[in-house]
Amino acid sequence: MSDTTSGLLTILTLVVVLAAVYVPFGDYMARTFTSTSHTRVESRLYRLVGVDPDSPQTARSYTVSVLGFSVVSIVALYAILVGQQALPFGRDLPGMPWDMGINTAVSFVTNTNWQSYAGESTLGFAAQAGGLAVQNFLSAAVGMAVAVALLRGFMRTRSDDLGNFWVDLVRTTFRILLPVAFVAAILLVSFGAIQNFADHTVNAVAGGTQVVPGGPVASQEVIKELGTNGGGFFNANSAHPFENPNPLSNLLEMFLILVIPISLTRTVGTMLGRRKQGLAVLGAMTVMIGAALAVATWAEAGGHSQAARLAGGAMEGKETQLGTWASAMFGVFTTGTSTGAVNAAHDSFTPAGGGTVLVNMMLGEVSPGGVGAGIYGILIMAILTVFIAGLMVGRTPEILGKKIGTKEMTYVALYTLSVPAIILVGVGTAIALGSTPDAMGNPGGHGFSEVVYAFTSAANNNGSAFGGITVTSHFFQIALALAMLLGRFVPIVLVLALAGSLARQGKVPTTAGTLPTHTPLFTGLLVGVILLITGLTFFPALALGPLAEALA
Amino acid sequence: MTLTTLLAQLPSALRKLDPRHLWRSPVMFIVWIGSVMTTVIAIADPSAFAWTITVWLWLTVVFGNLAEAVAEGRGKAQAASLRAARTDVSALRLLPDGTEETVAGTELRVGDLVIVQAGEVVPGDGDVVEGVASVDESAITGESAPVIREAGGDRSAVTGGTKVLSDQITVKITSAPGETFLDRMIALVEGASRRKTPNEIALSILLVSLTIVFVLAVVTLKPMADYAGAPQDTLVLIALLVCLIPTTIGALLSAIGIAGMDRLVRVNVLAMSGRAVEAAGDVSTLLLDKTGTITYGNRRASRLVPAAGVTQDEMRDAARLSSLADLTPEGRSIVELALAEGAPAEVATDGATFVEFTAQTRMSGVDLASGRAVRKGAGGSIAAWGGGVPDDVRATIDEISGSGGTPLVVAEQTDGVTRVLGTVHLKDVVKEGMVERFAELRRMGIRTVMITGDNPLTAAAIAKEAGVDDFLAEATPEDKMRLIHQEQEGGRLVAMTGDGTNDAPALAAADVGVAMNSGTSAAKEAGNMVDLDSDPTKLIDIVGIGKQLLITRGALTTFSIANDVAKYFAIIPAMFLVAYPSLDRLNVMHLATPQSAILSAVIFNALVIVALIPLALKGVAYRAASAAAILRRNILVYGVGGVVAPFVGIKLIDLIVSTIPGIG
Repeated sequence: MSDTTSGLLTILTLVVVLAAVYVPFGDYMARTFTSTSHTRVESRLYRLVGVDPDSPQTARSYTVSVLGFSVVSIVALYAILVGQQALPFGRDLPGMPWDMGINTAVSFVTNTNWQSYAGESTLGFAAQAGGLAVQNFLSAAVGMAVAVALLRGFMRTRSDDLGNFWVDLVRTTFRILLPVAFVAAILLVSFGAIQNFADHTVNAVAGGTQVVPGGPVASQEVIKELGTNGGGFFNANSAHPFENPNPLSNLLEMFLILVIPISLTRTVGTMLGRRKQGLAVLGAMTVMIGAALAVATWAEAGGHSQAARLAGGAMEGKETQLGTWASAMFGVFTTGTSTGAVNAAHDSFTPAGGGTVLVNMMLGEVSPGGVGAGIYGILIMAILTVFIAGLMVGRTPEILGKKIGTKEMTYVALYTLSVPAIILVGVGTAIALGSTPDAMGNPGGHGFSEVVYAFTSAANNNGSAFGGITVTSHFFQIALALAMLLGRFVPIVLVLALAGSLARQGKVPTTAGTLPTHTPLFTGLLVGVILLITGLTFFPALALGPLAEALA
Repeated sequence: MTLTTLLAQLPSALRKLDPRHLWRSPVMFIVWIGSVMTTVIAIADPSAFAWTITVWLWLTVVFGNLAEAVAEGRGKAQAASLRAARTDVSALRLLPDGTEETVAGTELRVGDLVIVQAGEVVPGDGDVVEGVASVDESAITGESAPVIREAGGDRSAVTGGTKVLSDQITVKITSAPGETFLDRMIALVEGASRRKTPNEIALSILLVSLTIVFVLAVVTLKPMADYAGAPQDTLVLIALLVCLIPTTIGALLSAIGIAGMDRLVRVNVLAMSGRAVEAAGDVSTLLLDKTGTITYGNRRASRLVPAAGVTQDEMRDAARLSSLADLTPEGRSIVELALAEGAPAEVATDGATFVEFTAQTRMSGVDLASGRAVRKGAGGSIAAWGGGVPDDVRATIDEISGSGGTPLVVAEQTDGVTRVLGTVHLKDVVKEGMVERFAELRRMGIRTVMITGDNPLTAAAIAKEAGVDDFLAEATPEDKMRLIHQEQEGGRLVAMTGDGTNDAPALAAADVGVAMNSGTSAAKEAGNMVDLDSDPTKLIDIVGIGKQLLITRGALTTFSIANDVAKYFAIIPAMFLVAYPSLDRLNVMHLATPQSAILSAVIFNALVIVALIPLALKGVAYRAASAAAILRRNILVYGVGGVVAPFVGIKLIDLIVSTIPGIG
């Protein structure tokens, strides 16, 4: 089967399977968040930690819970990483250095999973499974909780009630992530991924012995994709045959990456009682990811250089059994969902392909974005769109029955501003440092792209690594940790504040004078605004990196 | 708007270069800082390029100020003419002991009683507590026909600065000097009391945050450019920044707001705050009084129904005869209808005796010399006069009553024999054009509710005929309040008009309360707009003006942001052409040199402000249509147009600029 045929078949299969689970899974998630009953396990858990699951939280209290929980998570994970020699299954590895520990703890708690270390040679099984994998579940659940709180902001009328963070956290983990991850892990093992608790020493083909690293890989791999985390068990991430053995497992992993972000649009439609709104959001996401996929595939599979034509595609840095199509596809999905897993070296992508995955992150992780984060991100952009377009129909802008007044606009404007500001300041500072060119893997525009990619990935909580650049200096460890931390929690605080202010509002009835937000026109506008804002913010940086390279 | 008006405002535009003034518009303040910096650079290191950039950056600020100055200029002219009315007057104050004293108008306090005689100017706002007078209010309304002001009722308010033409009235002063209606009006049209409206603030927040992003993008571009081996002059970076930040909307924002208020003033409506104008655009429920707004206010004859065996002509002529001497509007309308249906122009009434309507007979008509008596009256009265009415006429009476109309029966008596001739159908007549306007409002998504004291049956009939969405019959002021609260509870913004004191609570509760200038001071105090023409239908225009204001803001914001695409394509390749020659492929406009490219973008950025001043003042064209339709049109014009226009504009400017030595 040619690369093109298998690529097209993979896309077709993905679309069919996602379409099949879209309605049932999306509605199941909606029920999960609206149901009033607790399972016995959940009730016991709430009693254990002393939480009243039936007491609603205000925006402030919800925010305090999110931040408090995350701070505790970072501290706990840091302790595990730095002190892993005290844990069992430690493979006799020392604890992480302090700056790497901070970077990694922040990285996994912020759902970024940026990795400045190689998993197989740095971490023991306990730290991987008991530290990182746990945060893979919890950080994803936090994102979902925040998205649900924002939805409640739209649903409620003159209320302070955004639901209960602990309930949203527990339910996402136990009712959504764990069951899916469990089934998927078994599937992945059946496709050939490994799951054990020991390294193996084998006789190498060329003589001598070699240690083949093992570990609880499949279980961590599925939640890495499902929770749009992206932190690989191995340094090679999903290009490693134990994580992603073949095209079939590759397909499963891409499905896991997309299933929650895509299905959440259905959850939005169902919870708001406006199914078309969910479809409009899905439409915008599909247009953006579709365009990125087209450009990246064209760039990677097209063979635009002598070497690429000879190799039948731009094969540098790609896993041959997967090929250019699957690599471009995986790259687009992983950057579009803030997952950050990779099955090929993005550093080796063609300038246009590498630029595409970079832009995919710059869009603010809304195509379709990370679990939960994608939904609140695109809803914020929808509010921005409504504000600009809504004025043009002659009314105070409103969306889903809520007016966008001064307060709401302040939160939205700050949200829109925050991540680009972190990236620009980060890149500007890094590039001004004399030491940075030495850390780059390449000179000129490509080296610049590596720095831009690193900060874009960190601030957008993607975690995807372009590669090439060495980020183990104190500066990069701390600067990127800061970018991840601020890029995660500044937007979350603003989203929750916005949710609170929306919930306190009354509801404006829909009339013929209301700007419809579920039409193709609006979907087009939404995409236009996202592209415009991204373009205006990052055009100079892109011009000096990928564009200069691609046009050369 | 002509060049002359622009030039006339140039001095005040230059005065506004004061940074303390510009601080109110953060976007323009950034341009100001940029201009100061480039001036310093140009002085330190003079070149044709540096000076041209500097001049155009200053012009950008001046053009922004010019827009505001022109908008304010219109109001100032109006304020001057109002001030002329506020001449110092003396007042004849009535003391508690009954004596009178002459005091200056400025010494009057709330609660004082003053006597105003024919030929005198009313010294302050107040209510007439005694007497009736004709008053010339042209100073305020521009309407030269005098109006009647009398004690009690809904026409008791007089405004300071108006002139009593006849008779004498005693006025109880209701507002302190300096706070009178005239004073407030002057302040409003001058823009002295202008504060940013909620939507304006929200938009400013968006503009500021965009500005911050661009400042960061440009500031961080410096180290990036250094790394790329293409260090950039501060001058060029400032030029880039000014081109990127939303200067177009930033410069025009306050002019748009002032012009919106001004458009209201032009239709003789005074809004007490910009907030009210914005709210008008958001209104989703209009409460309209039936009488005077939807209908002409009097019942009119609409149909003549002959009884069985009577010809249409016979009925028509008899109806006309019976109403010849009836000078009530109903009577007149019967004559008009008969004439319209072809009754002869002249009718012989020699020797006839007209019978006036009396409370006893409840009929009116005529006794002709021939001995024939013609009468019209309610069915019961005619029955009593002539001994009953035939069944077919009774059926007609019931039908007319059932449809909310008023039936009048016409009968004649000759030699003691009574013959019932038919029935006149009197009904409220909906004003011309109202049906279309309500349909228009429905397309805009606005619900109309008719308020009337009529019984539900009559109300329903009129509501159906006029095409309003709902009605409130037998409405009391409490019912009105309840309706307003109920609509607001559902998230709708309510607009209404009113003139009476009992309307005041509802006017205050409504989001847009338009008080009639002819109404009481209580009503004017409670509402947030005053209609100087006292025309209740104007509410519909007010909604349109509110929408137009918001649309103009949105359209120019979209245009401003969309413009940036082209500016990037002009400036970025120009900046990095040396370091990355490949970027010349982004120079899609084929601009002559890097310097001419940057300069052209800056010049375009400045000129587009001037070019858009007329649009900002006039407002974007607004036609009633659904939100989706309006959006589609405006996106096309201001969004797509905003992307395309600067590509053309910058290219044209480049063709000229590139001929300047040292730049081209």
